[in-house]
Amino acid sequence: MSGAPPIRGRGPWELAFERLRQDRAAIASAVTILLAVVVALAAPLVAHLTGHSPIEQFSETGLSPSGIPVGPGREFWLGTDGLGRDLLVRIAYGTRISLLVGVLASALAVLMGAVVGIAAGWHGGAVDTFLSRFMDVVLSLPFLVLALALAALVGPGLGVSIFLIAFFSWASVGRIVRAEARAIREREYVQAARAIGASSARIMFVEMLPVVSATVIVYATLLIPSAIAFEATLSFLGLGVPPPTPTWGNMLFDAMAYYKVAWWLLVFPGAALLGITYAFNVLGDSVRDALDPRYEQTIRSGGGDAE
Amino acid sequence: MTGFVLRRIAWGALVVWLVATLVFVMYFAVPRDVARLIAGRQASEETLAAVRTRLGLDQPIIVQYGRFIGRLARGDLGHSFNTQEPVLSIVARDLPVSASLALGGAALWLLMGVGAGVLAATRPRSRIDRSVTAIALFFYSMPTFLVGQLLLYLLFFQMYRAGFQFFPPGSYVPFTESPLQWARFLILPWFTIALVTGAAYARLTRGAMLDALGEDYIRTARSKGISERRVVLRHALRSSLTPVVTQFGIDLGTLMGGAIVTEVVFGLPGLGREVVQAILKQDLPIIIGVTILSCAMVVAANLLVDICHALLDPRVRAH
Repeated sequence: MSGAPPIRGRGPWELAFERLRQDRAAIASAVTILLAVVVALAAPLVAHLTGHSPIEQFSETGLSPSGIPVGPGREFWLGTDGLGRDLLVRIAYGTRISLLVGVLASALAVLMGAVVGIAAGWHGGAVDTFLSRFMDVVLSLPFLVLALALAALVGPGLGVSIFLIAFFSWASVGRIVRAEARAIREREYVQAARAIGASSARIMFVEMLPVVSATVIVYATLLIPSAIAFEATLSFLGLGVPPPTPTWGNMLFDAMAYYKVAWWLLVFPGAALLGITYAFNVLGDSVRDALDPRYEQTIRSGGGDAE
Repeated sequence: MTGFVLRRIAWGALVVWLVATLVFVMYFAVPRDVARLIAGRQASEETLAAVRTRLGLDQPIIVQYGRFIGRLARGDLGHSFNTQEPVLSIVARDLPVSASLALGGAALWLLMGVGAGVLAATRPRSRIDRSVTAIALFFYSMPTFLVGQLLLYLLFFQMYRAGFQFFPPGSYVPFTESPLQWARFLILPWFTIALVTGAAYARLTRGAMLDALGEDYIRTARSKGISERRVVLRHALRSSLTPVVTQFGIDLGTLMGGAIVTEVVFGLPGLGREVVQAILKQDLPIIIGVTILSCAMVVAANLLVDICHALLDPRVRAH
């Protein structure tokens, strides 16, 4: 009996982390994401090892005599593109843009969504009506048309892409945070904080923010892949980070002209893009399940003819 | 009910007006030489002045704004800078293409998405559920243009090389010319839209169905001895469709205003491709016209959804 481990209290975060650690899909996607981060950091190393810079055009060795990209081989591991540039090095550098935009844009969007959502939910009344209506308007905008038009107007670039993606993504987070904030506004501990004279700002950010943070974390993880896809779409349409900076989106646009002769232009950047968005989505789903164990219970109790 | 509908219409008109103002500020309050954009680089000062007078660019900004909103209210969207063609006739030419694409795609994604969602939710944690979830996540993770490119590569190009020439490359044949060819040329674009959007619907339906199937009224229905098929389709699916219908309004409205990426990948001459070309050529009237039109489409679709909800559920009308 003396071997029994002592009973130890575990917080909800610890329990969630424990559940996440036992989720094999979550581990696999976390490893994939980590790998992508390593590739992004090591992009100059890849360029050094292959001896090719991401924008250098190898018109002698990188193109066939008739000017067609060369396929994967010893000189160019993943082949070259239409201008005779090394695809592997370009994909490695493209990882940087995708991750940077994905993480920064969704962080910005989640921050905006959380602040506006909590403010609307806490204040209620006219403030809530105004902010909710504003979020409705943002959600009903044809976002891709407006994002493209704005990017063309101010001139496309990295910062512009990040800001545009954040602006068209924050409202969905804001709506959900607002609903949660409204629910916890009436809780006793918030009332207590109010009774002892805590300021609005303190109640919103010290009392309420930690409670909605589970939602915020889930959303942050799930927004990253959509931000990466959004960035790729802007680049694909020629209004993301401008060439010659390699991005997966503009590489896939170039692939359109060559897909009949150079499958590698479509397959490798496409696989990189899909791999990273898939990994983030799997991780996001797992994080949600880990933070909200009720979700799993619903699955177990629901359904009549479960196997 | 009438009051509810009128309130929603007024709100919709307000949103369109806000977007129109936003677009006006974006393009006209930003200092730039619109006259030179139209008249070209070599234009003389007199030509530029004439263009400014014709477009009212020499007026104060507030007068220009008044005229802009006034024209808009009369349905006049102006003329293209490049071709001088009225934007309204450009829109009238492109809209059938975008509508064909959106409606066919919508039918397909509802069928695939809701069907797969129900299939998965009624068999939680089974192999079918796991496969549906994984496949849905796969397409959910893919940007639309990548799905389009893969379909073109695999179904058009590889099958063409293998001697099976059913799927055409990107192009468009009007329905009035040949309904059969119209459908044949739209199959791949429809599937592109349906796979990407349907994946989101499968996830949405599965979640809502799982919630519904855990409710007490489902147990009651089952204990009354109603067949499982009826319980699933009549009792659970019905209440699960509320979030699906809401999302459907937004998605259909957005696509009617131009499925930009799909149209570009498949070379379909719809509103989406038109606006991308206009953006690259800085053809402001087309950009403004299509933007406002797509916004109006989304607003109209939302309005219809709200009215449907209100008809189905009297509690909605009170809000």
